[in-house]
Amino acid sequence: MVVAFILAIINAMLIQNVVLYRFYGICPFLGVSKKSNEALSMGLAVIFVIVIASAICWPIYHYILVPANIAFMDTITYILVIASLVQLIEMFLKKYSPSLYASLGVYLPLITTNCAVLGVAQGNTDTNLTFGMSMANAIGTSVGFLIIIFAFSCIRVRLEASNVPKCLKGIPIALITAALMSLAFVGFTGLIK
Amino acid sequence: MENKPRKLYELTKGIIKENPLFVLLLGTCPSLATTTSLEGAIGMGFLFAFVLIGSNVVISLLRKIIPSQIKIPCYIVIIATFVTIVKMLSEAFLPELYSTLGVFISLIVVNCIVLGRAEAFASKNSVGASLLDGIGMGIGYTLALVIMAFVREVLGTGGLTFGEIFTFLPYVSFTPLEKFAMSIFTMPAGAFLVLGVILAILAYHANKKANLERVKAKIEKEKLAKLASEAKEA
Repeated sequence: MVVAFILAIINAMLIQNVVLYRFYGICPFLGVSKKSNEALSMGLAVIFVIVIASAICWPIYHYILVPANIAFMDTITYILVIASLVQLIEMFLKKYSPSLYASLGVYLPLITTNCAVLGVAQGNTDTNLTFGMSMANAIGTSVGFLIIIFAFSCIRVRLEASNVPKCLKGIPIALITAALMSLAFVGFTGLIK
Repeated sequence: MENKPRKLYELTKGIIKENPLFVLLLGTCPSLATTTSLEGAIGMGFLFAFVLIGSNVVISLLRKIIPSQIKIPCYIVIIATFVTIVKMLSEAFLPELYSTLGVFISLIVVNCIVLGRAEAFASKNSVGASLLDGIGMGIGYTLALVIMAFVREVLGTGGLTFGEIFTFLPYVSFTPLEKFAMSIFTMPAGAFLVLGVILAILAYHANKKANLERVKAKIEKEKLAKLASEAKEA
């Protein structure tokens, strides 16, 4: 059980990486990766929200929506849960941990429209994962997001300074770099048999 | 009469000038994930356009009723309703498309284009203009997806295949370059690469145009200066 849990985390984190393999959260990946410290804060905020949102959405689906026979309402329910959750976390942090709020605060509203959060919650119930496995998926996915956005921001700092052709400057060269990173991550495929 | 060109502009601006994917760089996630095959891209484009048009019209109808403090949650609920409709319809009538696109149909809810148009356009404009805006943006996004998918499918499989996802069409597979297929283009890496190169080509053309205009302006300026100095001498 524990082994399966850890393998699921590694699978979600490295093999099916959230940005490079499943294409969730490209917008913050391109938008908030210009500075390393910003990328780190964004990644931490995403871990926070994805794990809590998945922990709430799974029981809602299995104990409310399915018994009430309205499983088709899942997307609407999840997005409302995520939006209100983000708002709650923001209010909570503002009151009880101003220092954490100062570093994560700006990124919290952006997370509502980060497809990784909805994508994980939806994927967990679409593929009928157990609660433990969906938590593993949530943790692995969000940590994978943190790793990739932080690594990418470090590369991007160098890209900004380097002398690339004028038409490639900015987003195009960033996307081509992401393609190379994605190729590198294919190497993790053999990690789990 | 004066209104007519503006209305046409609402329709056409989304296709090229303000193309949501290539120019505004919105909605990149589905554009990378659903463009491995041309059919998948067309399907995604249509579903997306339906949601965008529907939500634009409804939000524009309700724009005077929705209080501004809670407008974003209201928009999200309206958009999510249309996404649920699209999800159920595609599951019932196009099950292959549904299973190919998977979770990305649900993810139209958090697509920045839909929410962006609701906030920036539909909440301020009339129903007709919002409808045209939705159609234009929908066509523009579909076109962008089709371009990406075309490049990826041709380079990745060496040709085009129809009838795999739209099962009501006859199965046609035309892959004359199969020997030279580069499977990297159907892998995730290819998606980033193709989008990056397309954006670079567009930037190259924009730069060229800007340069040309700058040179033209310079020549014009020199001409004027010359004329002025000649006039002075005379």
